Order: sequence, then C-alpha cells, then structure tokens
Amino acid sequence: MDDKTLNSQKNKRPTRLTRHLNAKIASVPMILTAVVVFVGCSVWTIVHSFTKSRMLPKLEFVGFKQYDRLWSTKRWLVSVDNLLIYGICSLIFTLVIGFILAALLDRKIRFENTFRTIFLYPFALSFIVTGLVWQWILNPDFGLQSLVRETGWSSFTFDPLNNPDIVIYGILIAGLWQGTGLIMCILLAGLRGIDEDIWKATRIDGIPIWKTYLFVIIPMMKPVFITALVLIAAGIVKVYDLVVAQTSGGPGLASEVPAKYVYDKMFLAQNLGQGFAASTMMLVMVFIILIPYLYLQYGGKRHD
Amino acid sequence: MKITKNTLATLRNTCLGLSFAALTGSAQAVDLEVTHWWTSGGEAAAVAEFAKALNENTEHNWIDGAIAGSGGTARPIMISRILGGDPMAATQFNHGRQTEELIDAGLMLDLTDVAEAEGWKDVVNPTSLLDSCTYDGKIYCVPVNIHSWQWIWLSHQAYKDAGVDVPSNWDEFVAAAPALQKAGKVPLALGGQSWQSSGAFGVLAIAIAGMDAWSAVNVDKSAETAAGPEYKKVFEAAVAARELAKGSNVQDWNQATNLVITGKAGGQIMGDWAQGEFQVAGQVAGEDYTCLPGLGVNEVISTGGDAFYFPKLKDPAMESAQKELAALMMSKEVQVNFNLKKGSLPVRGDVNLEAANDCMKKGLEILAGGNILPDVNQVFSSDTADQINDLMVEFWASDDVSAEDAQNRYAEIIADAD
Amino acid sequence: MTDASATTPLDLNANAPRGQKPKKRFAPRNIMLYATLFVFAVYYALPLYVMIVTSLKGMPEIRLGNVFGPPLEVTFQPWVKAWSEACTGINCDGLSRGFWNSVQILIPSVVISIAVASVNGYALSNWRFKGSEIFYNILIIGAFIPYQVMLYPIAIILRELNLFGTLGGLVMVHTIFGMPILTLLFRNYFASVPEELFKAARVDGAGFWGIYFRIMLPMSLPIFVVAIILQVTGIWNDFLFGVIYTKPDIYPMTVQLNNIVNSVQGVKEYNVNMAATLITGLVPLVIYFASGKLFVRGIAAGAVKG
Repeated sequence: MDDKTLNSQKNKRPTRLTRHLNAKIASVPMILTAVVVFVGCSVWTIVHSFTKSRMLPKLEFVGFKQYDRLWSTKRWLVSVDNLLIYGICSLIFTLVIGFILAALLDRKIRFENTFRTIFLYPFALSFIVTGLVWQWILNPDFGLQSLVRETGWSSFTFDPLNNPDIVIYGILIAGLWQGTGLIMCILLAGLRGIDEDIWKATRIDGIPIWKTYLFVIIPMMKPVFITALVLIAAGIVKVYDLVVAQTSGGPGLASEVPAKYVYDKMFLAQNLGQGFAASTMMLVMVFIILIPYLYLQYGGKRHD
Repeated sequence: MKITKNTLATLRNTCLGLSFAALTGSAQAVDLEVTHWWTSGGEAAAVAEFAKALNENTEHNWIDGAIAGSGGTARPIMISRILGGDPMAATQFNHGRQTEELIDAGLMLDLTDVAEAEGWKDVVNPTSLLDSCTYDGKIYCVPVNIHSWQWIWLSHQAYKDAGVDVPSNWDEFVAAAPALQKAGKVPLALGGQSWQSSGAFGVLAIAIAGMDAWSAVNVDKSAETAAGPEYKKVFEAAVAARELAKGSNVQDWNQATNLVITGKAGGQIMGDWAQGEFQVAGQVAGEDYTCLPGLGVNEVISTGGDAFYFPKLKDPAMESAQKELAALMMSKEVQVNFNLKKGSLPVRGDVNLEAANDCMKKGLEILAGGNILPDVNQVFSSDTADQINDLMVEFWASDDVSAEDAQNRYAEIIADAD
Repeated sequence: MTDASATTPLDLNANAPRGQKPKKRFAPRNIMLYATLFVFAVYYALPLYVMIVTSLKGMPEIRLGNVFGPPLEVTFQPWVKAWSEACTGINCDGLSRGFWNSVQILIPSVVISIAVASVNGYALSNWRFKGSEIFYNILIIGAFIPYQVMLYPIAIILRELNLFGTLGGLVMVHTIFGMPILTLLFRNYFASVPEELFKAARVDGAGFWGIYFRIMLPMSLPIFVVAIILQVTGIWNDFLFGVIYTKPDIYPMTVQLNNIVNSVQGVKEYNVNMAATLITGLVPLVIYFASGKLFVRGIAAGAVKG
C-alpha cells in the first residue's frame, strides 16, 4: 500500500526492475534461501519419498509404496495422535501462560528483572537437559511423588512418565517449562510497543483492565501474536529431543512423535524413503494448518 | 601392558611390513581423524589403545572424533560428511549390512590387500566376522571385537532376600519369580528403550524355540516358521516375561542393570557389555551375580560387534596411512589391549586372554566350541531390525497386545524382510 | 536489584499518564499479582534448584537421596570435572576444550543471521516488491520443516559451494535456519512502526539504507533483544549442525556436553551432567541477564515512538 502512495508522489520512476533496487539487492539472501534451500530441499525430499532410497538417496521409484506402509504403521498413527494432543495443549497453554506472565510483568512491578530472568532462563537449556531434569522430578521414587508422600499424603500418585495414558502430559509439563519464557518475552516486547495514550484513554473511559486487554490491547498486538504462534507451532511440529531425553518414546510407543519417526527411520532404520514420506506428510499437515492463515494474508488484502 | 622398544619394532615389521610404504613410496606423516561413539570410561580407555598404537608405531597422528549417543547420532554425521565430500579417515560401524550402499557407491576404501598381506583369513575367528566385512569378494572393514547378546544376569542378593536359590536356567527363573514378587522385587529388569525389548525377545527366542527355528526365521526369513508353533511358544513365554518385567520403570539399560546390582530386581537379559557395570560396582561373578549364556538353555554366543570402515580419500598419503591403521587394529597386541579394556572378546582366535574374568571366559569357551550365531545386524537390514524394535517395544509395554497378535505382526515383518 | 533508574519512580508520579500503575503497594490486587508471579516463579525455578543441588552432591548421595534434598556434603568436584576433566573419547579436558570454538561460532553466526533477517524484515514490511510476500511465505513454511530432513541436501549444497567443513559453511547454515523465525519477528515488528515516520523520511529523501539505519534500527531495540536471545540460545545449544558441518578442531562445546550427558554405556554421573549443563547454559544466561537492562531501555524507545 505504502509503495503505491509513494510512487505517485515521485514523478521520475525508472523501469520496474530497478524500482526499489536496494531493497531487492538486500533481499537476495532471503530469496536464495527460500528458493534454493526451502523449496529446493522440499522438492528433493518429496521426490525421494517416492523412491526406495535406503541409506543413500537414490532415484529408484516405487510409487506410493512408502506412503502405504507409513499409514499402516501403528507407530506413525500413534505419533500423529500424540502430536495433535501435545500441539493443541502446548499452543493454548503457552499462549495463555506467556500472555499472563507478560501482562503481569508489564504492570510496573518491582523485581521485574528477577522475575523475567526466572521465567526465561529455562530457554537457555537444551531440550536434552530439560528432558533429563524433568525425568527426575517426575520420577515416582525420588521426585515429586515421594516428596508429597513424605508430607503425609501417602496415597498421592503422580507418575506420568510410566503411564501410557498420560505420558504425553508429562512431556508437556517439561515443554511448557522450557518454552513459555520466550513467548512471554516476545509478548512483553509487543506490550512495550503499545502506546501509553491508549492506556490513558481507556482509564479515562473507565474500562476495566481485563476488558482493555481483551478488546483493545490483544487486537493491537496481532502481528506479535502471529510471531508467537508461528514460533510455538514450529516448535511443536519439530518436537524431538525432549521426547528422546525424557521417555525415548515410551512406555511402549505411547509418547512417540512424528519428528522422531522421521529421524529414526532415516538414520536408525536407514530407510530414507520412509523417513522422507513421513516428513512429506508433516509438510502436508503444516500446509493444511497454514492455509487459513495464508488465505487471511492474501485473500483479505486483495479485495480492499 | 607395556610395549617395549623391541616389541614395537617387531610389531612394525610383522604387521605393517613394507608393503604399504611401497604402495605409495612415501611414509609422510598425516593426521587421521577417527569417528566413533565410544565415550564411557571403559570404552574411551579401549579407544585410547588404538590411538596409542597409532601414535607410537607410526608417524601418523590420531585425531579423535568421539560422538556419544550410539549409531543414531553418529550415523547421520558420518554419512553427511561422506556426502559432503570431506569424510573422516576412519569410522566405527556395526559390521553387517549397514554399509553395503556406501561400498556400492564406491565411497569406501578396499582393504583386501591389507587383509591378504596380514593373513586375516587365517586369524579371524569366527570367520563369519570377516564375511560381514566382505562385499563382492573384497574386504572393506576391520572387525575389532565380538559382543554377544545371549546372556542373563542374576542378582544373588535378590534371591537371597526372597529365600530361594539362584536359578540356573530360564524355567527355574520363571518358577522363582513369585517368591521375588512377594519380597517386593521386580523379577526381570527391562529398560524402556525399544532395542532392549527387541534384544530380550531375541534371546528368549533362541532359548525357547531352539537354534533351528531361530535360524529359519532370522537367517532364512521364513515367515511360516515365525507364525508356527515354535515361535508361538516364544511369544507365550514373552507374555509371561512381560508380567515379570512390570515395575522396572527405567529407560536406560544400565539403570536396569543397576536394579540387578542393588538386588531390587532378580535378573536382566542383556548383552555382555552389562558386565562392565558389575565390575564398576565392585561385584564378583559367581559371588554377587551369575551370568547364564543363552538363558542356561542353549549355550550360544551371537557374534555381533564393532568394525571400522575407511572412507575413500583423495590424498594417496592418507590412503597408505589408513591402511597402516587398519593393519594395526587387527594386530595381536592391540587386539588384546583393546578388548581387555572394552570387556569384549577379541576377533582373533590366536591370542591369549588370561586377564579375562569368569563370564568372559565362559564366553571364550563357547566361542572356541563353535556354538555361534550371527547377530541381528548381520541377518537383518536396519530397516527390518527397526520394525521389529517398534513391534517389540509396544508388545512388552502394553498388555493390550496379545501373544497371537504380536506373532502375526512379527510374521508379517519377517515376510517383508530383506 | 531494581529497575527504578529506568522507569519513572513510583511515588513521584501519582498523576502521571501511566494508567495501570498500582496505587497502593499492598492492595489486594497487588497481593494477587505478586502471589501469581511467585507461584509461577516456583514452577520455573524448581528444576534449576534441582540441578544446582545435584551438581554439588557426590555420586553416593545421589543414589540414596531424593532429588530435592540439599547436599549433605557440598563438593565442587563435579564442576571441576565437567569443565576440565571429563573425557570425550580420549581427550580428557572437559568442556574447556570446546568453549572458545563455541564462541568463535556464536559471534559471526548471531551477528550475520540477525543482520540478514532484520534487513529482510525491513524490506518485507516497508519496501514490498512483486513476489516478496511469496518468498516470505515460503520462509514461514520452511520454519516447520524438521531440519533432520535437510541434512543431506544441505551437505550437498555446501559441497558445491566448497564450504563444507568450514566455519563459513556453518555460519551460513545457522543464518539459513534462523532466517524464517527472525524474518517474521522483524517484519511484524517493523510493520507496527507508524507509517508516517517512514513517509516523512522518504519525503526528506532518505533511501533504503538511510531509513533502515537512522529510523528503524534505533527504535527496534526490544525486538533485537528477542532476536539475540533466540539466536544465542539456538546457536550456542546447537549440536547437530556443529558436528556435521565442521571438523573436530572446531567442534562446539555441545559436542562435549553431549558426550558427557549422553554416554550410553557406563555409569551416569548425574552430578557431572548437571554441572556441565549449568556451565554450558551460563553464556546464554549471562546474555539474558544483560539484555534485561536493554529491555528497560526499550520502554523508553517505545515512549519516543508515540
């Protein structure tokens, strides 16, 4: 939009190609990355998912065989289910907790630095370590459960990592611990960008604080929320190390996730074709989720 | 063991000979980068024997590229490096079928001339180890040790606490289980990772179905046998074992071994590497723990193990250095020093392991008697092995999978196996 | 520790325009607020506490006790071991071996990836050209591709560029994989900068780079802080790329950390694991802490904006 208005103001315009030449030159790294790496590698992956590549990528096509096998594999089905549960819970809780914390920190409180550092520090630790620490804390024999039992509540049972029905929530606890701090930080940066006059105006109008947040502030922070959303979603899709460190996918197959399936099939089973088929399905799922977003992005704008 | 100047010189003359120097006409000192996943105390000490041998016996330098996390982490690194055109000089691999494609693609160095000059064919025992390194009649890797899966480790403490005798075979083990459970112990310790479930099943299969049925399924890939009555018994036994393993609640194999060491569990089915854990804990075989090969039923050794491969490099000076290293790894002294530290059996039949402990000696006897079986890595492709892992980890962890169900799915995997 | 120097002092501004300021320190609402923060702080701090006490215990004590108990006998041996004695294969010099390598990788990777991404974001929000949105959306989708899938093709690309096994190659890989999220971050931030500022500068004759350096950069401190946090953590903790696309002489510290924490065989030394973890985490932690001050300055920048 701003391009057009600017163009009309300036009368001398060189050819289309050289218009915004500096911007185009500056975007060359991005264009190369997008086209060569992301599109290039994705196409490469998709093509190879139709082959019987084992240890090395090879172009011997076998049609949809890899996909047939994928969707008849119990482990993959369990993985997809887990990703859905983990993804939905993680998305909601990360956003809600992240926003509550950011809003609280934005209330001009004391010790803001201390609190922010406490909420953020888990992000400095790798998933491998996060998994290990939470594995201990959730250990029934010397972790949280035994601590509570020592206080006298001897029937207290909290052993998520060894219970196939709730193991994914055990992973969620660790995932939230590690990831919410960053989201809080991003939302806080967004809140800091909100004009003080807005707050002044709502105060004068006597709008309650929660309403101000819900109906004024959050809508204004849409771009920041999109950033947070993409960040969380990308993390969810790629969740791998945490599961490996905490449960190795167990008990049984109860906490398997798609990224782990891809990795294990590619490098442990040395069946690249199967791994590529699985990752292609992951890409398809991402597309399905992103379509509404892309539609809003383009569809909305083109019409006005 | 000290290497004197004298043995050093003999070693150099006998092992390395002049043939490799002659190949290139130069003995230029180079750095050899070696990747491997041996990072625990004993393993690192074993690798240090290789490094020492290379640094002391040649002008070359050992550059250590240790990556923890076993094959799953190291493999993509190695293959990326080879694809990236900048490979390491040597790399660890489980020998077997994993590397066939790399050889096919012409990325691996042919070691046949070293093997012939050193007479590997005559010294490697069992010869199947060298067969695993052979592809199209050429030799591409150096087997360095033998690890066997076929053991169960029993805690004397646990059985004493339960007031029963330490079992001497699988049937007695199952019979003694209720007493252990009454004493608040887990009869069978089993870690949660899939390769452990799968390994334990393999050991049960040999003990219960017998060697013939095992070979039919694993070597000849007979789906019929896999669906047949012998294997039915195996799956039924596994269902019983699954009950015994309830309450282990550990992930890593050594945590499971620790349950046996501390007497919290009766026993664990695990390969001979578990021995190192007992040693570190200061336990003595026969006094504090008992090891039964083949579950005390069929005394066999499976001949898995590790091997080193040498990616093709452009520089001829590097190639001759690689071959020197290959020859060194197989030499008598290095084999003895390495395997004593590693706790594995040497690949040469002509060395003397006096320092070996009781369990290791049992293993050596069985090996000498020729009661050997190939390892999973040698009979199945990684893909098939991984599918079996997936099935087994689900089966062992969940009562929902019946013996019949599991057997049917197992037979399907065997039918598709390659 | 206090932020009072940067924010407006509490008492002086009873009538100041900052609407949501709490009036009384001990109002029920305030107690609620601090109580909530405190509960969350416990959840976040508990694992750190476990790590610290574990790293100060000896192995026998760890085998016996519960993870929350304070060490009966404080020992710093695990820290010493993690830093300078733990073995990686045959090299027994702990994390110290890879520390400077990690720094060497970190600095150019963070600087270049953020520089590239901020320019991308700026171009995308203020200088759209035909197709720019398409490239941008490709990048966003790229953020969802599990990077394990890209290992082999990237290796082939680096080989073709003759960058395989070099520091430059690794910096490039970090720049590529950091690009989607960072570009998104900057684009959305720059999009919220009032358009009038941009237009006014254009009328004054400022060009692409002029506006970027003189107007955009000075007001985007908070988002730079977030980007730095993201990249420092990601690159410092990266293991896979560091180990695949370089050689042992420039292996980052995480290779040693992985070898200490991930040793499959042998007894797990939990205390050394925890000490190694804490040591490795120190660099990002220090940067977070330092960036806290910048955050506060970011408020000031926000105020200027309006």
